[in-house]
Amino acid sequence: MSFQAVVFYILSAILIFAGFRVVTAKNPVHAALYLVLAFFTASGHWLLLQAEFLAIALVLVYVGAVMVLFLFVVMMLDINVEKLREGFWRHFPQAATVALIMMAEIVLILSSPEAHLADVKPAAAAAAAGEISNVKVLGRQLYTTYLLAFEAAAVILLVAMVAAIGITIRQRKDSKYVDPGVQVRVQSKDRVRVVKMAATKRQDDAVSDSNEQQA
Amino acid sequence: MELLQSLLGSEAGMAVWTLLKILAIVAPLMIGVAYLTLAERKVIGYMQIRIGPNRVGPKGLLQPLADGVKLLMKEIILPTQSSKGLFLLAPVLSIMPALAAWAVIPFNDTMVLANINASLLYIMAITSMGVYGVIVAGWAGNSKYSFLGALRSSAQIVSYELAMGFALVGVLMVSSSLNLVDIVNQQGQGIAGGSIFSWNWLPLFPLFIVYLVSGVAETNRAPFDVAEGESEIVAGFHVEYSGMAFAIFFLAEYANMILVAALTSIMFLGGWLSPFPASWGALGASSIAWLLVKMSAVLFCFLWFRATFPRYRYDQIMRLGWKVFIPVTLVSILVLGLWMLSPLSLWK
Repeated sequence: MSFQAVVFYILSAILIFAGFRVVTAKNPVHAALYLVLAFFTASGHWLLLQAEFLAIALVLVYVGAVMVLFLFVVMMLDINVEKLREGFWRHFPQAATVALIMMAEIVLILSSPEAHLADVKPAAAAAAAGEISNVKVLGRQLYTTYLLAFEAAAVILLVAMVAAIGITIRQRKDSKYVDPGVQVRVQSKDRVRVVKMAATKRQDDAVSDSNEQQA
Repeated sequence: MELLQSLLGSEAGMAVWTLLKILAIVAPLMIGVAYLTLAERKVIGYMQIRIGPNRVGPKGLLQPLADGVKLLMKEIILPTQSSKGLFLLAPVLSIMPALAAWAVIPFNDTMVLANINASLLYIMAITSMGVYGVIVAGWAGNSKYSFLGALRSSAQIVSYELAMGFALVGVLMVSSSLNLVDIVNQQGQGIAGGSIFSWNWLPLFPLFIVYLVSGVAETNRAPFDVAEGESEIVAGFHVEYSGMAFAIFFLAEYANMILVAALTSIMFLGGWLSPFPASWGALGASSIAWLLVKMSAVLFCFLWFRATFPRYRYDQIMRLGWKVFIPVTLVSILVLGLWMLSPLSLWK
C-alpha cells in the first residue's frame, strides 16, 4: 500500500467518525466542533487529489469563517437536548426517506455514463501534461467561461446579506450612542474650562477655624 | 540529506530530514518567543521609566527561563463542570496554527520548508483557525468571564480577517503570485532597483498600514486586547487556566506576533532583500539577517503600541474594522487595479 493510500484511509476513518459524531453528539457545541474536524479532514482529501486551492479555500471559508460564526450562535443558544430528542423516533421515517433519496440521487449521478467521471483527469496527470497550477486554471475559468454565473452568484449573496441586515437592523431609542466622528473631533476647550482666579492670601488659622464653624 | 537517505532508505530519510528542518524552525522560534517576553517587559519598562526585570541572571537575561520553570511547576486546575476534553484541547488548538504556518515562511530564496504555489492562501487558512483555541477555551472553562472573552474575540478576529485578506489581495495583484518567495523576489525589481523604495510598503502604503493594524488586532494585542480585558473581564478567555496550560496560550500569542512580523516583512518590507541598492557590496546583498532585522522592527512596534495606546472600546474596534479598514482596502484595490492598467504602472 502506498503512502498516499495509508493517508487516505486514515483521513477517511477520521472523516467518517467525525461525521457520525456530528449527528450523535449530545452537546451541540461538541457537534459543531466535530463538524469543524470533518471539514478539515475533507480538505486533507482534496490535498491528496492535489486540488490545493479547493482544499485551502474549504479551510479558509468553512473552518475559518462559517463555522466560527456557527459556533458563536450555538454557544449562545440555550438548547435543551431532551426536548430536541423527544420527536426523534416519530420523525425518523420521514428523515430516513429523505436521506435515502438523496443518497440514491448522488449515487445515480456519479455512476451514470453521462457524468463522464471516467474522463476526468486527476490533477497530477494534468500537471504532468504541462498545464499550470490549479489556482490559475480555476481563476481563468471563473473569470472567462463562467464569468456571468460567478458574478450573478456574488450579487445574489450580496442581496441576501443586505436583506438579512435590513431585517434585523433597528435603532434603539434608549441606547447612549455617541458618534465616533464627534468624539474624534473633540478639542480640549470643549471639555475643560480654565478658570482664572486671583490668588487668595493665606488667612490666620483662627480665622479659618471660626469660618468653618460658621459654615 | 544524502547521508540520511543512504542510512534509512529514501522515504524514511526524507521524513527524518524534514523533521530535522521542522526542529530547526521551531527551536529558534520558541527561544525567540521566550526572549520576546523579556524584550516586552524591558521595552515597556524603559518607556515607563523603569528598568524592567534585572534580577535573574546578568541583566535579567535568564528571566524567561525562570518564568518557564515556575509555570511548569504549577498545578493545572480543571474547573468544575467544565468540558474537560475541550478544556485541555483549547491550548493545543491555539498554538497549532501559530506553529503550522511556519511551514511555508521562506527565510531566503531557497530556505523554506515547503515552497508551495498557494503559500499565501495556506497562511490565511491556517491563521484563520487560531480563533478556535480562544473560542473553545472560553466555552469549556464554564465561566462567564471567559465566555465573554471568547465571544468578543471571535467577532473581532472574523472582522479583521476580512480587512487582512483584502490587504493581501493587493499584494498578490502586484506580484501576480500566491507564492511567498515570488512575492519577495518581485519586490527586488522595479525602478528603485531593489532598494527600500521598491518594496511593497511604498506603493501599497494604505494596505500596509491596514495589514499592520489588523495584525495587531488578529493577535489580540493591545490596544485590541478586549478578549483579555484585564480591567473588565479579569483575563478574558484564559481566566480559568493555570500552569502550563496558561503558558501555552502565552506562547501562542507571542508566536503569533512573530508570525505576523515575519509576514509583514515578507509581504511589504521586502523580506530578505537589503534596503540598500545592490551596488553597495556586502550591505546591498540580500540575507536572512535583513529579514530578522525587519521582523525585530515590526515586533518593536507591537511592544511600542502596547506601551502607548489605551484599550479600544468594543464598538470602536468593530467600527474601525468594518467601517474604516474594509472600505479603505476596497478602494485601494480598485485604485491599484486602475494603476496597474495605466501606462504609469510600476509592475510590468
